[in-house]
Amino acid sequence: MSGEKIIKNPEPEARDIKSVKRMKEIMTNYYIEAKTAKDQNKMVAWITSGGPVEPLIAMDVIPVYPENYGAMIGASHMAVQLCEIAEQMGYSRDLCGYARSDIAASATGGGPIPGGLPRPDFLVCCNNICGTVLKWYEVLARYFKVPLFIYDTPFIHTEFSEEAKKYVRQQTLEYTQFLEEQTGKKADYGRLEEVGRLSVQAMRLWQKVLDTCMHKPAPMTAFDAFFHLALIVTLRGKQVVIDYYSELLDELNDRIARGIGMIPNEKYRLLWDNLPVWFKTRWLSNKFASHDAALVASTYTNAWSSTVDLIDENDLAGSLGIASSSIYINVSIDKMLAELGTMIKKYEVDGLVMHSNRSCKPYSLGQYDIQKMVMKEFDIPALIIEADQVDERNFSESQIETRIDAFMETIKSKKR
Amino acid sequence: MKAMEIFYEISRDPYAYARKWKNQTGKKAVGYFCSYTPEELISGTGALPLRIFGTREHITCADSHLQSYCCSLVRGGLEDALTGRLAFLDGTVFPHTCDSIQRLSDIWRLNAGFPFHIDVILPVKLDTESARTYLLDVFHKFRRELEQELGPISDEKLSETIRLYNNIRRLLEEIYLMRSANPAVISGRDVYAVVKSAMVMDRNDLYGALRKTVDALKKESPAADNSKRIVLAGGVCNHPDIYSHLEKAGARVVWDELCTGTRYFEGMADESGDPVAALAQRYADRIVCPAKHCGADKRGRNLVDIVKNHQAQGVIFLILKFCDPHSFDYPYMKEYLDKKNIPSMLLELEEQLPAEGQLATRFESFIEML
Repeated sequence: MSGEKIIKNPEPEARDIKSVKRMKEIMTNYYIEAKTAKDQNKMVAWITSGGPVEPLIAMDVIPVYPENYGAMIGASHMAVQLCEIAEQMGYSRDLCGYARSDIAASATGGGPIPGGLPRPDFLVCCNNICGTVLKWYEVLARYFKVPLFIYDTPFIHTEFSEEAKKYVRQQTLEYTQFLEEQTGKKADYGRLEEVGRLSVQAMRLWQKVLDTCMHKPAPMTAFDAFFHLALIVTLRGKQVVIDYYSELLDELNDRIARGIGMIPNEKYRLLWDNLPVWFKTRWLSNKFASHDAALVASTYTNAWSSTVDLIDENDLAGSLGIASSSIYINVSIDKMLAELGTMIKKYEVDGLVMHSNRSCKPYSLGQYDIQKMVMKEFDIPALIIEADQVDERNFSESQIETRIDAFMETIKSKKR
Repeated sequence: MKAMEIFYEISRDPYAYARKWKNQTGKKAVGYFCSYTPEELISGTGALPLRIFGTREHITCADSHLQSYCCSLVRGGLEDALTGRLAFLDGTVFPHTCDSIQRLSDIWRLNAGFPFHIDVILPVKLDTESARTYLLDVFHKFRRELEQELGPISDEKLSETIRLYNNIRRLLEEIYLMRSANPAVISGRDVYAVVKSAMVMDRNDLYGALRKTVDALKKESPAADNSKRIVLAGGVCNHPDIYSHLEKAGARVVWDELCTGTRYFEGMADESGDPVAALAQRYADRIVCPAKHCGADKRGRNLVDIVKNHQAQGVIFLILKFCDPHSFDYPYMKEYLDKKNIPSMLLELEEQLPAEGQLATRFESFIEML
């Protein structure tokens, strides 16, 4: 970090990312299309965020993501009210906040979209992100009385076994058959390949967008990436994602050329682990900025591009399951550590901020070990903050503020 | 009952039993989590399979590896591993179950330092052809990995072990059926001691002890009392006091659907044909635990059937706090019971039971309304 030039400090308006407006339009159009699916004779499938969506796009089914809705609910401060409804329905307060919010929103039509998400014609659940989605989608299958396809991605502790590879390949074929049965249409493999190519292209572009933060000062932060992430999650496989990320990439590169960083006076660079605290992103962003610290990367936003090299565009059916199984939270903590190490070096970070997220056990359990290993192996401070992705009752502002201040003091004294 | 003494001794201190067994036999002991571990493969090598329940007290080491929002089973198991209470184990086996056990396996492998660590990465769904094929592949792989650590398992030995386990399961089921016919014949505490010991004891000795118990029970014919008939549903119950509290409040357990109960012994493995295939088939056919998928409501329908088949008057859900799979199933299973006018109550289990008076009051008010 030595020898960096001091960046002049543009006004906050000048630092806003202009593409945000276009992004909001795209998401609005997407939800309008999904809400009016019936009028266009299209089917709607609810799918988990890590699920293989390309076959759905190739068959003209509109994918809808309850997890994306969960994030919207959290960001609009509507989660506590919905979680409480779920708790009255008998769901424990200790269960995932996305699941509780979405189950309650399904039953009441609540949340930021008037009337809630469009009803699913069928459900696709891939357990590469957690065991919670399996139970959550069983709840949805009983509630909506619609078919459920489970794409089972065996966890990778020490190896990705040949047996597991065979199993996931077979499931891609079963998934295609399931979609043929649901839609009454034959699968079009040519179209699937085309969607696969667009998906891979989008993932590579997304990685380039994230990689702009290798630059000092970073033209955006992880908090911006949390927002722009919605497209790679919900619409990958569509041209619009490529167009948008190309535009965003141009804007970010332009900022780099003009020396505009997101944080007015970036001195410290941090890596974020786990999901965002959706209801506190602005507060956290300002808190870190007040210490001249930029969160330049996150393991979370990285999850939608990190396995792109495992996808064979010429054999999507054969490689989709391999890539889906290999994502960050479907592997052991020692493999996670290796990936963290790569990111720590790549983005030249001074510290790691780990969100210990009550809603997400597979992401959070093991963080105490990772914290110790990161400090030992990469010699950077690592902070754990106890919070939740959406449930505001699990957030103690004063306690977290004190911990962040102390952590930043450690980083500052280390860099002196 | 005299035949019960051995079960009380083992269930009170399973580790002491296992250490003594090792000293006497010179053989190895393997710890495991979850009823999806194919114990027959471990026994087939001559080793003792031992289910790890974990301590519920004085957590000193596990808290620096686990957040507060993780269940007592995971925390207590890790505590025993880190404090050396499990140092006698020659290896540990982690079948894939839930998100917490999945991460516990990583933490365990990196910190506990047992001679071997095997992950048995089972499918999460069991209702498709390819999942069942994968399950069989995983069991073959598990056998190869065990053989590397503990020496070869012959098919003959494995088939013989399967027969032994089936006989054990039949006897456990017989005890359960006798209790269902006349709940006064054996106390809930006794049954708890028997089932817990069954997951620990030398399986040949276990067979003999169960045989004696069943013979002794057959001679008993206590007058049936007026106790209400209860079914327990949930995961692991490691609180024997619950049974005495229930009995004091005027109810007896007539059946359960617990991991430390019927989920352990229900379903026989086929005694003819390929033994590994028989083991896989047993797990594929058995009523699932909530961390596995086999249709969206099989457990709920099964629970209603259990209540009917055993003329129970109510259900008590025993769910470990922070157990996601069970907590997700609870609302719909309760709803299925409600539809049939079967009363139920939920008891969330933490490390310690609620204070005695509080628990007694809760049980009494529930049992009164039955």
